[in-house]
Amino acid sequence: MSARDLSHDSSQGLLEVRHVNVSVEGRDILRDVNFSIKHGEFTGLIGSNGAGKTTLFRVILGIQEHASGEVLLHGEPLTRANRSIGYVPQKVLFDPDLPIRARDLVALGSDGHRYGLRRRPRALHEAVDEMLDAVDAGAFADRRVGGLSGGEQQRVLIAHSLISRPELLLLDEPLANLDPGSVQEIIALLHRVSQRQRVAILLSAHEMNPLLPVMDRIVYVANGHVASGTTDEVVRPSVLSELYGHHVDVLRVHGRVLVVATALPVGPAPNDQHPEFVVE
Amino acid sequence: MFSSFMTNAWLSGTIVALLAGVVGFFVVLRGASFAAHAIPNGAFAGAAGAYLIGVSPLLGLVSFALLSALGIGMTSRRTRNDVATALSLVAMLALGAAFLSVSLIYEPTINALLFGEILGVSSSQLAPVLILGVVSVGVLAWFYRPLMFTSVAPELARARGVNATLVDVAFLVVVALATALTVPVVGALLTFSLMIGPPAAARILVARPGWAVAGSVGLSLVTVWVSIGASYAFNLPIGFFVGALGATLYLGARVVARRRVVRSAT
Repeated sequence: MSARDLSHDSSQGLLEVRHVNVSVEGRDILRDVNFSIKHGEFTGLIGSNGAGKTTLFRVILGIQEHASGEVLLHGEPLTRANRSIGYVPQKVLFDPDLPIRARDLVALGSDGHRYGLRRRPRALHEAVDEMLDAVDAGAFADRRVGGLSGGEQQRVLIAHSLISRPELLLLDEPLANLDPGSVQEIIALLHRVSQRQRVAILLSAHEMNPLLPVMDRIVYVANGHVASGTTDEVVRPSVLSELYGHHVDVLRVHGRVLVVATALPVGPAPNDQHPEFVVE
Repeated sequence: MFSSFMTNAWLSGTIVALLAGVVGFFVVLRGASFAAHAIPNGAFAGAAGAYLIGVSPLLGLVSFALLSALGIGMTSRRTRNDVATALSLVAMLALGAAFLSVSLIYEPTINALLFGEILGVSSSQLAPVLILGVVSVGVLAWFYRPLMFTSVAPELARARGVNATLVDVAFLVVVALATALTVPVVGALLTFSLMIGPPAAARILVARPGWAVAGSVGLSLVTVWVSIGASYAFNLPIGFFVGALGATLYLGARVVARRRVVRSAT
């Protein structure tokens, strides 16, 4: 089965992922992945742990080995570490004693890759303050990053990746390990940022429900295959069953979506089977 | 203790303290303390080898420190970093022991190499020490920001296009140079205490990165100056004072930081 882009919109996107394959030591991690991301859109990259979401991010960033296929930005092949793409990795561990304040980490997003010793211009300090305000992190700007809570660190990391004014922001599982309140806050903040700064967002998560209100499009990963489009186009039994390679049902309960697998019993007698539902 | 023959001691000690203060800051930040312990032992083997074949000890120190640093850098890509470092450490120590047993070095010289000697740098070596020190600080200044970035959050730095491998290797080379200059003064076994103690204390006391580097250099200078004076006055190895002061500074900084937390909480 090849991956499908279910979107009917054929206008050129910001980012195009075409025929991407990743195979490490004979094991296929991603198989013929195709999808596109449009300017300023909020896209959810949904899949269970180990589905290949982080690998896909690494392909887009150009730091994944054994990858084939094309990643185009504005129709041009991506060069390594493009400044138009910001990245917030899944886990960043900061030692509590680390002598780096929130504002220092944000500033490194602007000039941390530059060689030579120069005084930081006033404009950079102003940009740092602006970014910290944009993610509601002004209150703890002068505290060490290692002493901040998970949600606070997440905000600082978002400010860090936004300061280079990217057109696309990649966030790898930013909602994992956050309490439900922080999850809602971070989603609202990202939605706001994407609208105000016209930055497209590709956010990975294993749970799609918190994202349903803000998601413009969904890229669903399973078994190394991908299906993309609007939520209504993708989250359907026919599409997801093909993706998983076995039959799944999609249940909608109180505005929430549940994808459940139908466990087929081993052996004959398919007519009097007792379906079992497993929530994924 | 400020007589003319001590001038070398103060000068070389000051260069070493400045360099160790900056290099040590990044050693602590990157969690590379173990490498900072292993590389001086490589340098020690180099010095022993230099005595054996009759060349300048500084040459042996620099070449073997570089060899251990690059060895750690190369092997740690294939195996776990601590294992690679430990293997490099024991291989170099073994080599040093072999060199010492076949060469005819006086015991005080061996002692000086291991535990430090305030007159460890002779007048003829002062110029190369100064040049190597300036080069090391210059290289550090040049890649200060990428080094800070990869030390704080390597994955973010890589995503931003920093060549992390290049920064790793360049940093190990600078650690090797700093080590080669520090070993004759502080001693192979206690060089890493100068690289760890003052920076570890400074980073607890100061939250700003630039000021923490400055604090590390300041504490390192105080450590070395006090140690030279005390070593002269009490006729004990300088390494003893450097080690003892380093640990004391760290504990003191912890106490101060804790008091600060308690005070701000009440």
